[in-house]
Amino acid sequence: MAALLELRTLSKSFGGLLCIDHLDLRVGEGEIVSVIGPNGAGKTTLFNLITGVYEPDGGEIVFDGRNIVGLEPHRITNLGIARTFQTLRLFLNMTVKENVTAATYGKTKARVWQSALRTPFARREEREVDALAEEKLAFFGTRLAGYRMQQPAYSLSYANRRRLEIARATGTSPRLLLLDEPAAGMNPVETHEMTELIGRLRREGGYTILVIEHDMHVVEGISDRVVALDHGVKIAEGTFDQVATDPRVVEAYLGVKATREEPEGP
Amino acid sequence: MPRIGTDEWVEQQELRTEYYTGLTAPARRAFDRVGPGPRFFAFLAICAAFPFLTDSPFLIRVGVNVLLFALLALGLNIVVGWAGLLDLGYIAFYGFGAYMYAWVSSSQFDVHLPTELAIPLVVTASALLGLLLGLPSWRLVGDYLAITTLFFAQIFVELALNLDRINLPWRDQPLDLTGGPNGIPGLDPMRILTIDFLQTRDYFFLLLVVFALVVVGLYYVNESRTGRGWRASREDPLAAELMTTPVNRLKLLAFAMGAAIAGLTGSIFAAVQTGVFPQNFEVTLLIMIYAALILGGAGSISGAVLGAVIVASVPEILRTPENARLLFYAALVAVLVATVRPWQRLAAVAAATVVFGVAVHELVSLAWPAGDEGASAGGSLGWLLDSWILVPAEHQDTIGNVGFVLMVAGLLALTVLGGDRRLVVLVPTIYLAAFVWENRLIAQPSVTRQLLFGALLVAMMTRRPHGLLGTPRVENPI
Repeated sequence: MAALLELRTLSKSFGGLLCIDHLDLRVGEGEIVSVIGPNGAGKTTLFNLITGVYEPDGGEIVFDGRNIVGLEPHRITNLGIARTFQTLRLFLNMTVKENVTAATYGKTKARVWQSALRTPFARREEREVDALAEEKLAFFGTRLAGYRMQQPAYSLSYANRRRLEIARATGTSPRLLLLDEPAAGMNPVETHEMTELIGRLRREGGYTILVIEHDMHVVEGISDRVVALDHGVKIAEGTFDQVATDPRVVEAYLGVKATREEPEGP
Repeated sequence: MPRIGTDEWVEQQELRTEYYTGLTAPARRAFDRVGPGPRFFAFLAICAAFPFLTDSPFLIRVGVNVLLFALLALGLNIVVGWAGLLDLGYIAFYGFGAYMYAWVSSSQFDVHLPTELAIPLVVTASALLGLLLGLPSWRLVGDYLAITTLFFAQIFVELALNLDRINLPWRDQPLDLTGGPNGIPGLDPMRILTIDFLQTRDYFFLLLVVFALVVVGLYYVNESRTGRGWRASREDPLAAELMTTPVNRLKLLAFAMGAAIAGLTGSIFAAVQTGVFPQNFEVTLLIMIYAALILGGAGSISGAVLGAVIVASVPEILRTPENARLLFYAALVAVLVATVRPWQRLAAVAAATVVFGVAVHELVSLAWPAGDEGASAGGSLGWLLDSWILVPAEHQDTIGNVGFVLMVAGLLALTVLGGDRRLVVLVPTIYLAAFVWENRLIAQPSVTRQLLFGALLVAMMTRRPHGLLGTPRVENPI
């Protein structure tokens, strides 16, 4: 499988704290890869590096054959990497539909004067953007469609806000979706629904997905491959079962049993 | 139907939607049906008819001021309302536009460009200045940007005051750029194609055309990708950037467009006034523009216009005591209608106030005849008020002052009381307000004017903190 995203010896430190330490990672076209790890393992920093929020100290980020290190975040997203936020960052005072249409900025071209004069080109583009937003929202069934499209985003419930985060990310027409804890704070029914949804995103939307998740049921349900991080270092990689039983992963999550050092016997 | 991914609430929303209720419901539904386009044309038609309804140069001049204010508020709305950047240097663009027009259309440098060339030049130069002064917004937000841009506003006035004797090595005479405190007088009137703009009335129509074009253009821009980009960057700059919006570029665009509109307005202002002076562009004016925008509702085009109409016209209306009195009673009635509900209770309060006044009037007349022999102010409401309000012939000031203190006590009591007790206190407080008005305030129009205007702003902002036509906003819980 061709690699859509490839990280090569990626490093990032804040002051003396090494957050990502010579990390190598490949995400193939059409794969769903989960990143797990205890708090502070560097998972969200990884997303911030990929999307250009932080610039890495060293290493390469190759997306679709192109090194994207140093590009401005809006350019990186425009190349086809869209993300959601663990701490929801919706445009709360804009309508649900506008949240998605705002994400089409990079894919549209109308200049200000064309918009001000409402030229045929600007009008056609607006119609396309509108249709695209409705299509992306329709993916979520009646949760975000219908009259809700015209409601401000702050009127949505917590779970619907999480869904809108994903809808907004798909509004940028990405190839790779980075989902930062999509099921955080959800009840079991909603979590189950989110698991189904992530599967559908690949099946019907055709997205490649890199996901950070703490809920192991979700991770088990969606992942082709699981990568475990601890202190910015990849400690395990493989199928869910391989990683979940890896002693280093268990140690990272639970610590080691306190044992007295035994002298090596004869 | 699959259980997962469906939402019964959404399907039933038609049934749950609450429509307007009460007496004003049909009017409000009709207003909604008309839509923004026809509403705007109706407003333009009223404005266009205005110069034909009056010959008074003073009123035409007020009309010009209203349109100047509206244009300034619309330009400021781009930066503050849409892009969410607190720009206190905005007034500098207005002043720059005015001075720029003066440089190319007066004897200052003996340059007399045709207006068709001067205006595009002014607009372009203002937009470029906007780009330049917008640069700090890349790194600064909120209060930090505000104080930095306030510096630009201050330095503009200082430059205008002092750039009249610039010594340049290659010139014998010092260069006079701004005319210093005396400004630049004697500007050319505008002439566009074959139309000469000679009277204030002509400029009113020019401003109306510019206003119409700006409103339509801004309305479409707000609905476009650019408008969404601005609002997204205001809501959450990081999320906007990560959703393909070039936030920094859009900030500069907002500054440039706001500056272009301010510069254009400035050039017309300079032509109307046939001169530019540093004191035309002081921070007081900036505060009034902000007041207009915030009162109307930042982020809303119609709000900016309404705010400008109020801020530019109400102080003028209040200049004559007769108008001030009408406005006072109209505001009193409006506040009661808006706050006392249901209408049965409102009717009871109104009736009680009338009865209370007449009773007090009769009792005092019997006990102390001089208590009601003061000069009645007369006017169109005189016949109504004469048998209701007391105007003592002696000690009018002292009694008025006592009444003022009692009224303040009544207002304070109203804020803490609830239920029926509130209604009981309300009646004498209304009467006291009218009493103080007739005995004290009407005698001092200049103080009254400021006081009433301030009270009006406070009352309107308390009732609608997000502005008259603004939308309530929630802040990002970050």
